[in-house]
Amino acid sequence: MGKRLKILTNGIIKENPVLVLLLGTCPTLATTSMAINGLGMGVAATVVLMCSNLAISLLKKIIPDKVRIPCYIVVIAGFVTVVQFLVKAFAQDLDKALGIFLPLIVVNCIILGRAEMFASKNGPVDSVLDGLGMGLGFTLALTLIGSVREILGAGTWMSGTPFMVDLTGILSTPMSIFTLAPGGFFVFGCMIALINKLTKGKAIKKKEFGCANCPNASSCGAAKGGC
Amino acid sequence: MSNKLIVTPSPHVKDSVTTQSIMGNVVLALAPAMVASVLIFGVRALLILITCVVSCVAAEYLFEMVCKKPNTTKDLSAVVTGVILAMNLPSSLPLWMAAVGSIVAIVVVKQLFGGIGQNFANPAITARVVLLISFTQPMTKWVSPNFGTAAFDAMGGATPLAVMKNAGETLPSLTEMLLGFHGGSLGETCSIALLIGGLYLIAKKIISPIIPASFIATVFVLTAVLGQNPIYHILGGGLFLGAFFMATDYVTSPVTDKGKLIFGIGCGVITVLIRLFANYPEGVSFAILLMNIITPHIDNLTRNKAFGGAY
Repeated sequence: MGKRLKILTNGIIKENPVLVLLLGTCPTLATTSMAINGLGMGVAATVVLMCSNLAISLLKKIIPDKVRIPCYIVVIAGFVTVVQFLVKAFAQDLDKALGIFLPLIVVNCIILGRAEMFASKNGPVDSVLDGLGMGLGFTLALTLIGSVREILGAGTWMSGTPFMVDLTGILSTPMSIFTLAPGGFFVFGCMIALINKLTKGKAIKKKEFGCANCPNASSCGAAKGGC
Repeated sequence: MSNKLIVTPSPHVKDSVTTQSIMGNVVLALAPAMVASVLIFGVRALLILITCVVSCVAAEYLFEMVCKKPNTTKDLSAVVTGVILAMNLPSSLPLWMAAVGSIVAIVVVKQLFGGIGQNFANPAITARVVLLISFTQPMTKWVSPNFGTAAFDAMGGATPLAVMKNAGETLPSLTEMLLGFHGGSLGETCSIALLIGGLYLIAKKIISPIIPASFIATVFVLTAVLGQNPIYHILGGGLFLGAFFMATDYVTSPVTDKGKLIFGIGCGVITVLIRLFANYPEGVSFAILLMNIITPHIDNLTRNKAFGGAY
């Protein structure tokens, strides 16, 4: 049981997909101009991640090793389509705000990364827990970045929801650069620095990302005794 | 017993020039423009200047204290950043925005990249662009000159460039353009004062004339070719300020003469493109920022061949 709990909590800080593994940077920067968009993106990706992790861990014996990536993509694309139709039907505002980034969950590297690194080697229960944990980490990171950007850039928090907090009384002139792309990069960088500081840079185990599995290994300096 | 023989790699010839003396000279060169800005825009300009300088120095001091780095406030580089940033702001800007800009310049652009000599872009110019994007409305509210009276003229004074872009209002005369009696940011209006400062720096060999000359000449020629009034284009806007004081920043401009020429021409071309074909009336700051970013590539392409060297 302790091991299962560890799988679940792994993704939240220690191996946070966005802030430690640096996966899924594109949706992170693009959809976090408002807290609610970050939350919506996170939840959508979490659902896809859990479902695809479950399906792939069940199918791992059937999928031939050589064509595993296309197989994973087909599974992921199926679930993304389901989620996309659900969001379109029940949360039209969110659908408008996320736009192209909702269908692009298909190519989100977190989902493919977890399929490759975890679901293809572990059982269904562990894989679902891993998906949930990673999804929670993704959602938390996106909501946090979205909150900072929305508060500093627009002076509101969670606008577009019933819980909207209006801070424009205190922040009469918000710095709109925070809702634009440069602000996204800036807040993202600060968050990574903060996590690095909190975990003293030891959040990630180096060996898990060794040179052996890297597709660039042959061309990069490490193979020739560099780095 | 102190060791009299020092074994080090070159350079062995030492000069009395220090960062502090260079920065001190830059402040001195900016003095005419500072005086002019206070005369033209009144006490409010002085307040902006003081706010920027104090918050730049304080930001540098505090950041280095928190990060336990050696204190570099004595080299005056933060003072120069503060003065140049203030020169880029309109006199009606709320003081806290000026302070935010100073913090962006020193902490985000300079210190986070490693402090003096390590910044990839000019801190003052980046801070100005950040403020312009964040607080567009107060950053483009130009005040008409009020000649030393404390009361503000609330009537917006369009800059000559904005007038040329939108037409309708009358342009100031050439004498007014030279002396700076028109709307604009603190330091961009009085062209004569900027020219004096720039020539002083060139005479003291602190800056090379290549960047300012090629920058201003490019703008002059291109605007003339494109059917604009080139005199107004070089005197209006932040061209003199940018060309003499910001594009020549050692850290963010190319090292070789050929590189400097490319840098100046590039700045000029981008400035004219933005002024004539983009939404913003002024493009000097964006031009310098963009050229700052490609400076390492210019340096790579214009590297001097070592005599007898391998490549």
